[in-house]
Amino acid sequence: MSSEPDRSISTMPDGLWTQPTPSVPVDLGDDPVRRQVVPASMRYDYTPGLATTRFLRGLAEKRFLGERCPQTGDVYIPPRGVSPVSGLRTTEQVEVGPKATITSFCVVHIGFGVNAPPTPFVSALFLPDGAAVSLYGTMGEVPHDQVRIGMRVEPVWVDDDQLTTSMENIRYWRPIDEPDVPAEQLKGHM
Amino acid sequence: MRDVAIVSVAQGEHRRAAGELNEVEMVEPILREALDGVGVTIADIDFTCSGSSDYLAGQAFSFVMTLDAVGAWPPIVESHVEMDGAWALYEAWLKIQTGAADTAFVYSYSKASPGDLPRVMSRMLDPYYVGPLWPDSIAYAGLQARAMLDAGITSERRMAEVAYRNRESARSNPNAQVVGSPSVDELLAAPMLSDPLRLHDCPPISDGGVAVVLAAGDRARDLVERPAWIRGIDHRIDSHQIGARDLTSAPSVALAAQHAGVDGAFDVAEVHAPFTHQEQLVLDGLGLADGVDVNPSGGALAANPMMAAGLIRLGEVANRIMDGSAGRGVAHATAGHLLQQNLVCVLEGGE
Repeated sequence: MSSEPDRSISTMPDGLWTQPTPSVPVDLGDDPVRRQVVPASMRYDYTPGLATTRFLRGLAEKRFLGERCPQTGDVYIPPRGVSPVSGLRTTEQVEVGPKATITSFCVVHIGFGVNAPPTPFVSALFLPDGAAVSLYGTMGEVPHDQVRIGMRVEPVWVDDDQLTTSMENIRYWRPIDEPDVPAEQLKGHM
Repeated sequence: MRDVAIVSVAQGEHRRAAGELNEVEMVEPILREALDGVGVTIADIDFTCSGSSDYLAGQAFSFVMTLDAVGAWPPIVESHVEMDGAWALYEAWLKIQTGAADTAFVYSYSKASPGDLPRVMSRMLDPYYVGPLWPDSIAYAGLQARAMLDAGITSERRMAEVAYRNRESARSNPNAQVVGSPSVDELLAAPMLSDPLRLHDCPPISDGGVAVVLAAGDRARDLVERPAWIRGIDHRIDSHQIGARDLTSAPSVALAAQHAGVDGAFDVAEVHAPFTHQEQLVLDGLGLADGVDVNPSGGALAANPMMAAGLIRLGEVANRIMDGSAGRGVAHATAGHLLQQNLVCVLEGGE
C-alpha cells in the first residue's frame, strides 16, 4: 500500500486540498506509472464571421466599428452579428470611440505570456464613446496607482505600416486630459 | 406522464463550409424560423436547451456566444448538452414532465469546417489506450464495417445500396447537402477510402443546425393543428471502449427501442446512421416491420451536421406528422462513436 503525498497547488494555502486517506488500500506496486505523455495538436481555421470581419477591417484603419441592436439601439463591440439582448440580427454599423472610459481595471502583479508588459501593469475594460460594452486592453503612460474607474483614455496604435486586422493594433491605452465620467453614468456598461 | 409534442421544426441548408459566417450568424435564421413558425417569441418559452461541441468550434464555451441569437434578456432558464441536440430535446422533455415548463426551445448545430473532423472525432476515444494512437473516425468506422462483412451481416453491395437509396431520397430534401447518387455498380467501382469503406459509405462533412419547439398538452394544440406527440422516448449506452464491444451489434438501440415503445406499425422511420453499414444495425435494433419508409430525408448520408443530425431525424418525422403525410413514426439519434449511444423516439399524430 502506498500513501501518496498530497499534490501541491501553487496558489493555495498549505493543506487546503488535503484529501482523506482512501478507505480501500491502493497498491501501486514498486514502480507505479505516474505519467503518460501524449502529444496532441489540432489545427482550426477560425472564421470570425461577417460582423467581426467588418470590425477587424475597421481596426486596420484605426476605427472601431460596432453594430446596433435594432430593438434597444445599443451598439455592441466587437460585434458578433446578433444583438446579445434581443437576439435580432444587427445590420447597422456604427463607428464608436476612439476615446473611451475605464469601466473596470485590475493591477496585475504576476504577468504571463511572452507579450506581457513589465509588472505591475494595469489591465482594464475600456468603454468606447457611443458603445454599450467595453473592450479589453492594458494601460500605459500612467502609474498603476493612479488608474481609476471613470478615467478618460484613448488608444495608442502601432505604427501605420504595422496595422493588420487585429486587436494587437492597439499597443495600449493612455489617459487624456478630460474630466472623469461619474461611476453612476457607467451603470449597465460594466 | 404529460403529453408533449414537437410543434415546430426549422433547419438550415446544410453545406460543406459556412465559411463566411460565425456560429451565431449561422444559427440565428434557424432559431428565428422555428419560433416564428408557431408565432412565439423567447418570452413564451419556459426552458431552452442546446447541443453543440467546443471541440468542433475549436473554442471554449462556444455555446454561450451562440446563445446570443436566442435573445436571453431578460434572463431565461437555459441548459446545454455537449451532445447531439436529440439529447437536449430529451432534457427539455424531462423538464416539461417535471411540471417546471410547458414550452421548450431546443436547438443544436455545428461548424465542422474549421477543424479536421476525422481527427477531432478521435478525441472522443479514451485518453490512455486508443486516443494516443489517433485513429481517425473513418478508420474506426472501417473496423466496424470489416467486422460486419466478415460476420456475413452485410456486403459491400448492400452498403452501396444504402448510400444509393438515401442520396436518391435526398432529392426531395431542400436542406440536403449530397443529393442524388451514381448507380450501385458505379459506386462499387470507386476506389477504397479506408478499406472496406468507399467515399459513398461515409457521411458528408457539414456545417448546419436545427431548432425545435416543444409544447405540452393544450398549449401544443393551440399552436398547431397536428402536433407530433412524443409517445415514447428513451436513450441507452454501450461501452465506450471499442475493443470491449461486439461491433456487429448495437444492443443499446434495441434496449432504447423497447423502452420507447417501438412496437406495431410505423409509416416512417428516420435513423441516424452516419456510415452505410450502420443503417442495418439500427434497423435491426429497432425491429421494424416491412413497409416502413426509411429515411425519406436521405438521413445522415445526405447531410451530417455534427450535434444536429440526430435532432434533425426527430424533426423530419415530426414534420411528416404535422403535415399529415404520416400518422406514426420512429426517430433514432446516435452519439459517441460506432453507434455507442442511442436515443429512440416514437412520434404520433392524433389527439
